[in-house]
Amino acid sequence: MKVLYSWLKEYVDIDIQPKELEEKLFSVGFEVEAVEYLGENLENVVVGQITSMEHYEGTHLQICHVDCGDKGHDHLILTGADNVFVGAKVPAALIGAKLPCGLEIQPRKMVDMMSYGMLCSGEEMELNKDWYPGADVNGIMILAEDAPLGMEMRDYLELDDYLFDISITANRPDCQSVIGIAKEVAAALRKPFKAPDMSYTEDGTVNGDISIEVLDKETCPRYLGHYVYDVKYMESPLWMKRRLIAVGHNAINAMVDITNYVLVEIGQPMHAFDLSTLEGSSIVVRRAEEGEELVTLDEKNRVLNPNNLLICDKVKAVGLAGVMGGLNSEIKESTVEVLFESAKFLKDNVRKTSRGLGLRSDAAARFEKGIDEYTVECGMARALNLVETLGVAKISSSHFDVSGGASTEKRIIQVETAKVNDVLGIVVPEEEMVKILNALQFYVELNDGVLTLAVPRYREDIETYQDIAEEIIREYGYDKVVPTFLDDAKVTNGGLNKYQSKELGVKEYLCAQGYYEIQTIAMTAKTDFDMFLIPEDAKEREVVELLNPITENLSIMRTIMAPSMVKVIENNIKNGNEEMHFFELANIYLPKALPLTEPPVEKKILCLGTCGVNEDFFTLKETLEAFASNNDLEFSYKRGEVPYLHPGRTADVYCKGEKIGHFGQLRYEVVDSLNIAGGKKADTKIFIAEIDYSTLSGLFKEAIKYVPETGFKGNARDISVLIDKAVECGTAIDAIKACDELIKKVSLFDIFESEKLGADKKSMAFNIQLASATCDVTDEMTDKVFEKVVAALSEQFGAQMRV
Amino acid sequence: MSMETIKTECQAELNLVEDAKQLADFWTKYLSKTGEVQKLMGGIKNVPKEEKKAYGQAVNEIKTWVQALYDAKKEEVDKKAMLARYDAETVDVTLPVKHTEAGNLHPLTCIKNEIIDVFAGMGFEIFEGPEIEDDDHNFTRLNVLKDHPSRDMQDTFWLTEDLLLRTHTSPGQIRVMDTEKPPIKVLVPGKVFRSDSDATHSPMFSQMEGLVVDEHITLCDLQGMLDQFVKALFSDEAKTRLRPSYFPFTEPSVEVDVSCFKCGGKGCSLCKGTGWIEVLGGGIVNNKVLENCNIDSSKYSGLAFGIGIERIAMLKYGINHMGKLFENDIEFLKQFKA
Repeated sequence: MKVLYSWLKEYVDIDIQPKELEEKLFSVGFEVEAVEYLGENLENVVVGQITSMEHYEGTHLQICHVDCGDKGHDHLILTGADNVFVGAKVPAALIGAKLPCGLEIQPRKMVDMMSYGMLCSGEEMELNKDWYPGADVNGIMILAEDAPLGMEMRDYLELDDYLFDISITANRPDCQSVIGIAKEVAAALRKPFKAPDMSYTEDGTVNGDISIEVLDKETCPRYLGHYVYDVKYMESPLWMKRRLIAVGHNAINAMVDITNYVLVEIGQPMHAFDLSTLEGSSIVVRRAEEGEELVTLDEKNRVLNPNNLLICDKVKAVGLAGVMGGLNSEIKESTVEVLFESAKFLKDNVRKTSRGLGLRSDAAARFEKGIDEYTVECGMARALNLVETLGVAKISSSHFDVSGGASTEKRIIQVETAKVNDVLGIVVPEEEMVKILNALQFYVELNDGVLTLAVPRYREDIETYQDIAEEIIREYGYDKVVPTFLDDAKVTNGGLNKYQSKELGVKEYLCAQGYYEIQTIAMTAKTDFDMFLIPEDAKEREVVELLNPITENLSIMRTIMAPSMVKVIENNIKNGNEEMHFFELANIYLPKALPLTEPPVEKKILCLGTCGVNEDFFTLKETLEAFASNNDLEFSYKRGEVPYLHPGRTADVYCKGEKIGHFGQLRYEVVDSLNIAGGKKADTKIFIAEIDYSTLSGLFKEAIKYVPETGFKGNARDISVLIDKAVECGTAIDAIKACDELIKKVSLFDIFESEKLGADKKSMAFNIQLASATCDVTDEMTDKVFEKVVAALSEQFGAQMRV
Repeated sequence: MSMETIKTECQAELNLVEDAKQLADFWTKYLSKTGEVQKLMGGIKNVPKEEKKAYGQAVNEIKTWVQALYDAKKEEVDKKAMLARYDAETVDVTLPVKHTEAGNLHPLTCIKNEIIDVFAGMGFEIFEGPEIEDDDHNFTRLNVLKDHPSRDMQDTFWLTEDLLLRTHTSPGQIRVMDTEKPPIKVLVPGKVFRSDSDATHSPMFSQMEGLVVDEHITLCDLQGMLDQFVKALFSDEAKTRLRPSYFPFTEPSVEVDVSCFKCGGKGCSLCKGTGWIEVLGGGIVNNKVLENCNIDSSKYSGLAFGIGIERIAMLKYGINHMGKLFENDIEFLKQFKA
């Protein structure tokens, strides 16, 4: 909200400097985002009068003698402009003057003569004709005859003023106006608020043809109309134009300027219809028909739908309610009769229409924040007051008030002072509460610790004692709050629960293993699936889609983690990093059914990614094994198939019989589609693991429990076999384990191939650990198991013992 | 050898012993079962009966004397050998070794953990709710009514008319109050999503919601607790300042500023000359929210606050662009080792 300091001063007797006002507003909840001094960079430019003038022979220059009153009666200033004349009052920039364009005035030689200053054009002072008539002429800006000699132009032009840009919270739509802020300033300074003049006199004329009908009272709870006539097409007075320009409006004509002025000052968007363009002199407020069209004031044709509320006459639309008027009913030079509109349209509807059509306007911006019915009345009254003051038109007695029937009485609420103090935790004296609430325009009665309050009609945000507590503390001062430390609260047991601390432990362990934790955005692109070679009919393509994504790249919720990980690796390669180990523990989102009817499953995935010259399939497997061991789990592995992983280097990971994920090398086709230098691509091997952490976390130990050692001795035996190359280690180990229940652990300790062994053979050596819960494992028992193992390997794989 | 010879030779020989081998030879020559001392002992049978006692005593004295000499020498030799071994085994301690370079947690996790540590000590439990929420939890029951601007498509990522990506961790308040009764002290960390993307905004970011519900919870408690928090997170000198703000789910609502930890409040570029930095928002839980969760607002009151993790991380570590946090470049990440 942009507010002029001088405008505020009209309604409150502000006796503090702008800087202090900024702090005061801040302390009561209105953050001032910027304060702009309008006269910034306009210094030592004063009103002067040309007392004599002669042409500088042989040049285009005029030699002027300028009287600047008490700033010196005879300044010698040369100018190239040809619109100056003796007796003209002009802005004279004296030595040392500063101009907004950055110019600093110094004595200057022009041809062969010194000039001690500069006469200024409007442009050099960054002024337009609405700020000062004639500012736009090509040449020096000629000032009015009554301009006081020697006066700083800054003062003469009323630029000694400050523009506050104030941020207004959503609960205070009433403060989207000069008077709203003025009331807050008045309360903060404990000064009276002087309301703007809203009086006007109706002349008794009645236009019996006019009718106003609201068909959608829900969306338009109140619609005021007033008929004025004998409209003069004229400019607004300078003071009004300047205020409008300063806060960012253009000056157009008096009638339109009044509506804008009321919007800024009172916070009520107004509209003025040229009555002659309204068929049947009628206003009908209704929803648009599907496909109905309207050309708005910005000369664009809008295609509408029933969500859009329209202002119409008997046959056609003449305005988009709360957003913008129609071109067909705008005020023109020929306009003689005007119907003023001051209405309340629901913020939701205005927002949807404005956003839906991509049509922003000051009115819409204001309506979106919410208008109260009191402001609707004030707006109309102030507009008519200005019509009268400015003499723009005659004010008839044709006044219309179509209301949804909401009460125009002030709401009464009762609040116990003790409750207020309970919320705050400090005791605010009752008389102080009364003073504060009075200052905020509440009517207050205090009886026996109960405040009976008549709430100002524009304060729709006030309902409960909590709201009142806030009003009181923001005026009383947050610095009066005395920090306490939950003195009355019960002691509670805090900290991470078992699963949460386990998760942190998992992360910290991976860090210790050399992995960096990453965090990536949970949204991704559908094209990821193509890049990752996911088949058209795969489950992964059933995704949760955003209805309103920012970009296609972030339009779906991910169902696999690998693409996010691979993109991070890709970026790191591009940035010149060579060795990388990353992990991310984050959700994928799996819809239970599509279209989505209930929240999807959020499944936590532990994703690992590695890349670098020292990385291969087995280094990643080492990490998984170490990770399993750290959690006292055992993982087993089977050859797996994943669309984006190398068909020969992919394993499914199992734990306690459940498949918990997969890992392997990223397919070369995927690497090939990455945006990394061509030369590097061929050598780039990326390894990815995706572990279902939601499932895995259910497999962690519930609690640590000590089991006494059996005390029985185990036994061990090594076996070395010649076996077909095709037999995988895991298969052989499973076969060995199946031989006898005394076998507790089988580990491969040697494997090799050689010409001597034969092209399709290899040698594998295993260490077999045996143990029993009931007795020592003797050498005889071990021999028997060993025989079984030899037999099994021979039977199943044709393996031969090696000696 | 006579006793006298032993006495003189023994001493002379031992003086020449330098290593374990020579010492062993000495032992064999004098102290073993076939050694000179034993031989003397064996000579007792040739000694007249009445001298046997004196002879025995003399031999024993010799034996003890030789043994003592031997023991002393052994200690000397052993020590010398040990020194020689150490000398031989000395390594170049500055030689490099192969080891795993440790990784580290993401800066956002570090900050999250730090905050959790502070509040865990105050008795806060940690609750994690779903990232995909419904209108009811994310808005309606938090008193964000149907026509509130923050519901707008501009801010919220919608999935259906009802489902959405949570825009804040505040729905965690509702989920906790639905299942737990006061006293409640809970933190809700998590990812949140908003339709926003620039230097200080990311469409996904992290928040930490705090909620206390008990009897007689006041605004003073909120400030007192947050004072402790900023002291723990920033510095012992850090102070907080409350100023009015607005959130639909708290009333009164406040913005909480922390005294600038760079300049100590004097005013600098970080605090834009104000001496204060905005770090979080909070307030007294709106009674409507308590009632929406069937908590008796005439008996209980609550305080709530929401912390933006990225903002704290950026402030604390001096990170200037939020995008850095999600780029995950190793050179960036490795700077956050604790």
